[in-house]
Amino acid sequence: MGNIVQMKVYRGDKSGGSLRDYSLEIDEGMVVLDVVHKIQAEHSPDLACRWNCKAGKCGSCSAEINGKPSLMCMTRMDSLPQDRPITVEPIRTFPMIRDLVTDVSWNYEVNKRIPAFTPKPKNPDGTWRMYQYEADRVQEFRKCIECYLCQNTCHVLRNHDKHDEFFGPRFMVRLAMLEMHPLDAADRLKLVKEAAGVGFCNITKCCTEVCPEEIHITDNAIIPLKERVADEFYDPIRRLFRVFAGK
Amino acid sequence: MADYTPHQFDVLVIGAGGAGLRAAIEAAALGAKTAIVMKSLLGKAHTVMAEGGAAAAMRNADPRDSWQTHFRDTMKGGKLLNQWRMAQLHAQEAPDRIWELEEWGAVFDRTTDGLIMQRNFGGHTYPRLAHVGDRTGLEIIRTLQDKLIHMPVDVFMETTVTHLFKTGDTIGGALTYRREDGSFQLFNAKAVILATGGIGKSFKITSNSWEYSGDGQALAWSVGADLMDMEFLQFHPTGMVWPLSVRGTLITEGVRGEGGVLRNSTGERFMFSYIPEAFKNDVASTEQEANQWVQEVIAGKQATVRRPPELLTRDVVARAINSEVRAGRGSPHGGVFLDIATRRTADEIKRKLPSMYHQFKKLANVDITKEPMEVGPTCHYAMGGVRVDGETEMSSVKGLFAAGEVAAGLHGANRLGGNSLSDLLVFGRRAGAGAADYVKQASAVKADASAVDRALAENLACFERKGGENPYAVHRELQEMMQTYVGIIRTDADLRHALAELDKFEPRVKQLSVTGSRAYNPGWHLAMDLRSMLTCSRALTLAALERCESRGGHTRSDFPDYDKEWAKVNQVVKNENGVMKLERVVRPPIPDELKQLVEEA
Ligand SMILES: Cc1cc2nc3c(=O)[nH]c(=O)nc-3n(C[C@H](O)[C@H](O)[C@H](O)COP(=O)(O)OP(=O)(O)OC[C@H]3O[C@@H](n4cnc5c(N)ncnc54)[C@H](O)[C@@H]3O)c2cc1C
Ligand code: SF4
Ligand code: SF4
Ligand code: FES
Repeated sequence: MGNIVQMKVYRGDKSGGSLRDYSLEIDEGMVVLDVVHKIQAEHSPDLACRWNCKAGKCGSCSAEINGKPSLMCMTRMDSLPQDRPITVEPIRTFPMIRDLVTDVSWNYEVNKRIPAFTPKPKNPDGTWRMYQYEADRVQEFRKCIECYLCQNTCHVLRNHDKHDEFFGPRFMVRLAMLEMHPLDAADRLKLVKEAAGVGFCNITKCCTEVCPEEIHITDNAIIPLKERVADEFYDPIRRLFRVFAGK
Repeated sequence: MADYTPHQFDVLVIGAGGAGLRAAIEAAALGAKTAIVMKSLLGKAHTVMAEGGAAAAMRNADPRDSWQTHFRDTMKGGKLLNQWRMAQLHAQEAPDRIWELEEWGAVFDRTTDGLIMQRNFGGHTYPRLAHVGDRTGLEIIRTLQDKLIHMPVDVFMETTVTHLFKTGDTIGGALTYRREDGSFQLFNAKAVILATGGIGKSFKITSNSWEYSGDGQALAWSVGADLMDMEFLQFHPTGMVWPLSVRGTLITEGVRGEGGVLRNSTGERFMFSYIPEAFKNDVASTEQEANQWVQEVIAGKQATVRRPPELLTRDVVARAINSEVRAGRGSPHGGVFLDIATRRTADEIKRKLPSMYHQFKKLANVDITKEPMEVGPTCHYAMGGVRVDGETEMSSVKGLFAAGEVAAGLHGANRLGGNSLSDLLVFGRRAGAGAADYVKQASAVKADASAVDRALAENLACFERKGGENPYAVHRELQEMMQTYVGIIRTDADLRHALAELDKFEPRVKQLSVTGSRAYNPGWHLAMDLRSMLTCSRALTLAALERCESRGGHTRSDFPDYDKEWAKVNQVVKNENGVMKLERVVRPPIPDELKQLVEEA
């Protein structure tokens, strides 16, 4: 049956806060989110956190668990060392609202600046053909659940605060998805280079490490984007080649 | 009195799942000044969790399919209690709604000749579900979200509606609070579209999130709109049963669609013993036939034999599992076994069911490519909800519309898997169009100030009250009670007991106390949500007590059979001066050509 764990959960708001200690009994198989819910139900009903699916699908429950950016609903308690207290803190790159909840609205503003999917004309039979191998490439990026753990981890945003100049890994993934979408006709490379600031990324791969969807953010999204930018703006011959090869 | 910020719109959409997003896109496209509000962040609604796919007779995987077959399957699954017009519109329009998503950037799995792939699901005659591995909901919500942000729609995230207001017999507005700071807003709108989803949070074992407290149903009823079919609640056959903390979390029906089979503790593939008379002709009668079907389908051929009994409708499978467990043939943790490991290769499983693989590995430490899953029924979907007109989705209150899970009518007594995602698209669009059309001739209305003041006071009272109960404790008790007495199998005595219990919950919910501030306070949110849960629980229990037969998602062990008289009517819950009254409404007659389709079955 249950054993007792020690938790340190961040409590606070815009004006500041600190870790608060909780000691409680847990059952087999519990995840961190269960423990947070138990704290709400039994100790602090006003403890603020976000969640929806409890199955790693909605990206709401992002937090830093023992300092590591993670989803609370996909982190089993028995995967964490129990000989010391487990800390749960909000993701730190975004402004604090309360407790485990931060203001992630900046991400939604960034998304609006990316021009929408722009479809190519259909085939004469009224369909679009796309083969699974073509779909596979973009489907990797479409798995993104917008947990913003990568945004939280990226030092360009976190330490250098370049929110005005760099869209962050999440939106590099989205831009790569659109650029590689077999049915999209728009060209966003100028945006990738300038407003989105792909040049700020120096490929440390910290974002890839924390992505719960295991998207290869750097290798599959950012590096190809950088290459396309290089082709487009610095290498006229390869650019011509791409025009003839069709994207 | 507390302050609020006023807003003025033509159309207010409440909820940003598939139905709300599709409705807002349509209303804005047709020129209505539109706002959308939601309890969570954009892109986090229930729709994001949907796994298996969206049903649409596109005929890509099997050209024998047609809207007529989809219509027939839907009516048959719903035990003929569906509003036939909705089932018809749904079957006819679903393919266009899926192609439209492709046009907006969605990337579905593909057939070998490059078209949108379709998979098998329970109750569907042919492979019909457009899907993306097992994360179809994410694909749909993201596509709609990215479409919406480039439309002239004002988006209000983490903004919850607590009250609706009516002026005369017409809808007038909605009161909301913003989670971030607990502030209030008053939305005056000529038309309001409810797209708030389901009610499953009143049950203990559920696949539903905190958002599913039945707010839309309760709000609609509070301003006098009719609710319908509330007794029909779907228990999905396959929720996780272990570890306890994930009990209820959904396992997509796609597992069975990909060849997964159900076994009891003796290893028996038991579904062959539970094939209902009405489905005898549609389902394989031997394991050999069932296996051949899977082989053919996996090989991309048209099936020449009948499908496995694991793909019977959800009500049938959920009751079968329940019976096996009761007969003592359950798995160690009180479910049965769902086996895909011995049926498909590890690579296939990881490719077709990636998030199931991930989910079991992470949450239960089970590798589903090697071991069976332990599964059991979980409260999943409300077939009942706001009664609407099938063409426009307007409720019985002028200017109040409803679409998606919050609305009733399409699914009758039992929903087929995959029919919800297509429901959202078809009727979300229709509701948006219906509302945009309606506001053209509607005049601006303003909510009555004293009603708004009363609502504000009601929302804030739990802060001032000292010594009341903790909302979490009351919620847990409500869930236990509903699960025990209004669950999969119901009896007269249990339902009467539940009603008496609900009477006791009523004053408790009115006397809750909350601590802390108004800023992002989940205890306070729950205190307000509980009001909706109570309304929905009562409507459901009353309707279940009255319907003395078993049909679809409603099973009475004291009335185990179909009743011909009940087949002719739907049950409506009316608001008569604040009291719930039941009424039987005779089903609109079905035109001959559609009737014939159903009878051919
Ligand atoms: C785990 C899971 C898997 C599923 N798989 C499938 C599948 O494969 N195929 C299928 O067809 N169906 C599936 N379903 C069912 C389907 O996902 C839902 O029925 C459907 O998504 C409901 O969509 P909706 O637009 O009606 O509501 P939702 O997507 O739930 O959206 C409701 C919205 O209303 C908002 N809201 C609620 N109350 C308020 C309020 N008071 N104020 C403001 N906003 C409010 C919420 O915040 C949310 O934005 C699944 C469901 C679950 C839970
Ligand atoms: S690889 Fe680039 S985007 Fe990712 S964390 Fe490093 S700098 Fe940021
Ligand atoms: S790319 Fe990965 S880490 Fe970043 S938001 Fe998407 S799912 Fe989260
Ligand atoms: S609650 Fe949805 S990802 Fe954790």
